[in-house]
Amino acid sequence: MKSFKDIYKNSENKIAGIAAAPGIVIGQVYLFAKEKLEISKAPITDVAEAIENFQEALRQSKKELNKIFGIAREKMDEVRAAIFEAQVMILDDPILIQNIESRIAKEMIQPEFIVADEISKYQELMIISHESYMKERAHDIEDIKHRIIRNLQKKRWQSKIETNLIVVSEALTPADTLLFSRRETLAFVTDHGGLTSHAAIISRSLNIPAVVGTHNATQLIKEGDTIIVDGFHGYIITNPSYEQLHFFTEKQKKLQEIQKGLEEFRDQPAVTLDGKEIKLEANVDVTGEIDVVITSNANGIGLYRSEQILNELGVFPEEDEQAIIYSKLASRMYPKFVTIRAFDIGGDKFRISEYKEPNPFLGLRGVRFLLENETLFRTQIRAVLKASENKNVRLMIPMISTLDEVWRCLDIIHECKSDLKREKIKFDNHIKVGIMIEVPSAAVMAKEYAEEVDFLSIGTNDLIQYMMAVDRGNDLVSNLYQEFSPVVVRTIEHIVKAAKHSKIPVSICGEMAADTLAIPLLVGLGLDSLSMSPNTILYAKKIIRNFEYKKAKALAEECLQCKTEIEIQKKVKKFFDENNITRTRNII
Amino acid sequence: MIEITVKIVNKAGLHTRPAATIVKLAAKYKCEFFIYRDGLSINGKSIIGVMTLAAEMGSEIKLTFDGADEQQACDEIVAYFERGFDEL
Repeated sequence: MKSFKDIYKNSENKIAGIAAAPGIVIGQVYLFAKEKLEISKAPITDVAEAIENFQEALRQSKKELNKIFGIAREKMDEVRAAIFEAQVMILDDPILIQNIESRIAKEMIQPEFIVADEISKYQELMIISHESYMKERAHDIEDIKHRIIRNLQKKRWQSKIETNLIVVSEALTPADTLLFSRRETLAFVTDHGGLTSHAAIISRSLNIPAVVGTHNATQLIKEGDTIIVDGFHGYIITNPSYEQLHFFTEKQKKLQEIQKGLEEFRDQPAVTLDGKEIKLEANVDVTGEIDVVITSNANGIGLYRSEQILNELGVFPEEDEQAIIYSKLASRMYPKFVTIRAFDIGGDKFRISEYKEPNPFLGLRGVRFLLENETLFRTQIRAVLKASENKNVRLMIPMISTLDEVWRCLDIIHECKSDLKREKIKFDNHIKVGIMIEVPSAAVMAKEYAEEVDFLSIGTNDLIQYMMAVDRGNDLVSNLYQEFSPVVVRTIEHIVKAAKHSKIPVSICGEMAADTLAIPLLVGLGLDSLSMSPNTILYAKKIIRNFEYKKAKALAEECLQCKTEIEIQKKVKKFFDENNITRTRNII
Repeated sequence: MIEITVKIVNKAGLHTRPAATIVKLAAKYKCEFFIYRDGLSINGKSIIGVMTLAAEMGSEIKLTFDGADEQQACDEIVAYFERGFDEL
């Protein structure tokens, strides 16, 4: 039978990208264009429904703005805060709403067109006034207009998106990815983004194949086309021939057999041939993923990305609401533990303030954001503590870059505990508090940090990004994002030593742990636990059960002497060959 | 109906914060409230409408109040203009 190489070599109709989430899918395309606000002037038939949709869009916009406003109020000057308040008031403007609704009823066209037309009239009045601040005001109004229209369109998309399609888009936000995943999307294809963009991470965790960074897939693929998405090799085939369809259908069958074969490892531990057990934990992005975690038989949740709640809800949940979410999680996993990472907001993840940071990855994110918004931070800590009653919850702080931040967090946690005691609320007084090591400054001082906390978790995505000074979402430079760089290997070793010195556990929760090629090296470097997407766990287990710890340790020692990434990759691949370990990619 | 002309006396003029306050004050009353400027009539209960008014310091604008509680509405809103939107 032909190999993938043969198939791709002779294919004119292929588009190359980055393999972001494994799987092979054959299906129809839904072209998702979000960035350009295209306003439909299509006629409507049901006025009552259109008005209800308009009102729902107003309610949703108000909900979004109120949250932003609430957070912005503390941080912004009065002028900006007033603009927010005025925007919220516009959503209640009786004259505007009345005009729009009566026009919807009279003209019988899409509400989004009427909203755009009505609000634009006011903007024109502002622009003709020749006062410069009025132009700015017109610009501020633009935001509210877009917000309402976006919410109206979301309604329209949601009803339009059919299930079982391949979503092709320029880029996808985490929120988009989640929205589509609820519609049983078959696969994702994007023009932009790299292996560790959040869309890629989420599609991996939801088991939806994805190819990202194709540069121009949206231009080459048309709505309704039948395409093949190969999430193993990072290719898309457009208008497949009979031969190609046959080839990939066979591969799909093979894949199903392999997955069945992995089932036998489910109830066995991840233990090396010479008896060292490695704990395999799960990274969890969305609540719906817990079922996958439970079937994967993970040793616990090594990383619960709590900011995904914000993406799902679109708002900051109240303390009780959060406590319910965390408690459910903890009780479903009991007696296994759950590591809740405090909201890691900022960077590319969730833009909260209107202030556009020139360099968000070096800006107010992670613990910096939390300490700036202490009320919000305390709400989350209290909710986590409330969920800790059965002693299987751990709290983890992201983006630590100074010792002072650690101390401030510990102080706040201590105060929250005292408050809860006073309020006679039960919680785990000895809750384990750990930090993410994902900033070079924290990696260098890992020993000092390890003396202060209960566990360390290495976030390789950001750590590599900051060490190599490379934007992981930028496909122009993503080749510099080198997981096997000697710098990365040596840094991981340094952190592991620091943790062992303080006798605290150390885990790795970045995407590197999910790269099955890295597993022997990580085990050899002395990590006792790896946290990864739940659907990678069985693959990892299979690999770990096929080599000796002794040999992995020797491999790590060799790699610590290497000078380039290529040298290390060669050694790692040789290790796989010499020990006869097969990886999924090679099997199919 | 009451018709009255008021002068903008604060330095920043009728910017967003006072616009919001005027609309909030007007919402408390049942009477109709209009603002006239450059030949345009703007419903004073509409924030987006009031925001279209460019009224710098020294400019004069006409207000009308029409309805049962017009006197109280006029008193409160005119007083707010005279206080320079509490920015003096």
